Amino acid sequence: MRLKHTAFLFLLCGTATMGGCASLGVQPWQRDVLAREDMRLDANPLDAAIDDHLYFSKEASSGGRSFAGGGCGCN
Amino acid sequence: MIGQRALQALIFASLLSAGAAQAAPPLDIKDFRGRVVYLDFWASWCAPCRQSFPWMQAMEKAYQSRGLTVLAVNLDRDRADAERFLAQFHPSFDVRFDPQGTVAEHFKVQGMPTGLVVDRHGVVRFTHIGFRPVDESVYEDQLREVLAEK
Repeated sequence: MRLKHTAFLFLLCGTATMGGCASLGVQPWQRDVLAREDMRLDANPLDAAIDDHLYFSKEASSGGRSFAGGGCGCN
Repeated sequence: MIGQRALQALIFASLLSAGAAQAAPPLDIKDFRGRVVYLDFWASWCAPCRQSFPWMQAMEKAYQSRGLTVLAVNLDRDRADAERFLAQFHPSFDVRFDPQGTVAEHFKVQGMPTGLVVDRHGVVRFTHIGFRPVDESVYEDQLREVLAEK
């Protein structure tokens, strides 16, 4: 009986969270937030430079961190 | 999209609020009958939109007498952003505001900017997503083709 209750509770929680999948996707005209300067992956150049140095000194790798990050996806 | 009646959607667009400073009257569907309409969806944060404005300005100037009407629908959430953008370009064509994206949703806008060429019978003939300055002549040819029809 107890197990049945627990299972039901889990099912309830499961279904409750499924509502989050109801509206997937951002409309093109809602991408203004992604286009913001502070949403860029390399928004902070100093931070990026320090990271680059870490990669270089600890992992002997340089470059290829990322390309064309974020943005509004225009064109 | 192609072949879909757009006049009804333009009425829809007439519900949009008009320009800020000047109290522009609501769009009248009669003004669009028999005209070729270039319908543009844009936002201030979209870089290609910035490139498209001078082009749209030029197109309106060149083809207005032959029946072209340019209608730009702004999709900024914040009206102030749009006003700042417009202050740089002072477009002579009509700009309307759709902060909720209702009209954009109706036209199934898939990217910013989206340009639609609506022929004299209210049918969407060409749609292009994005704006590439190298393709300006292609866009212009599409306009000329539709303008040449009766």
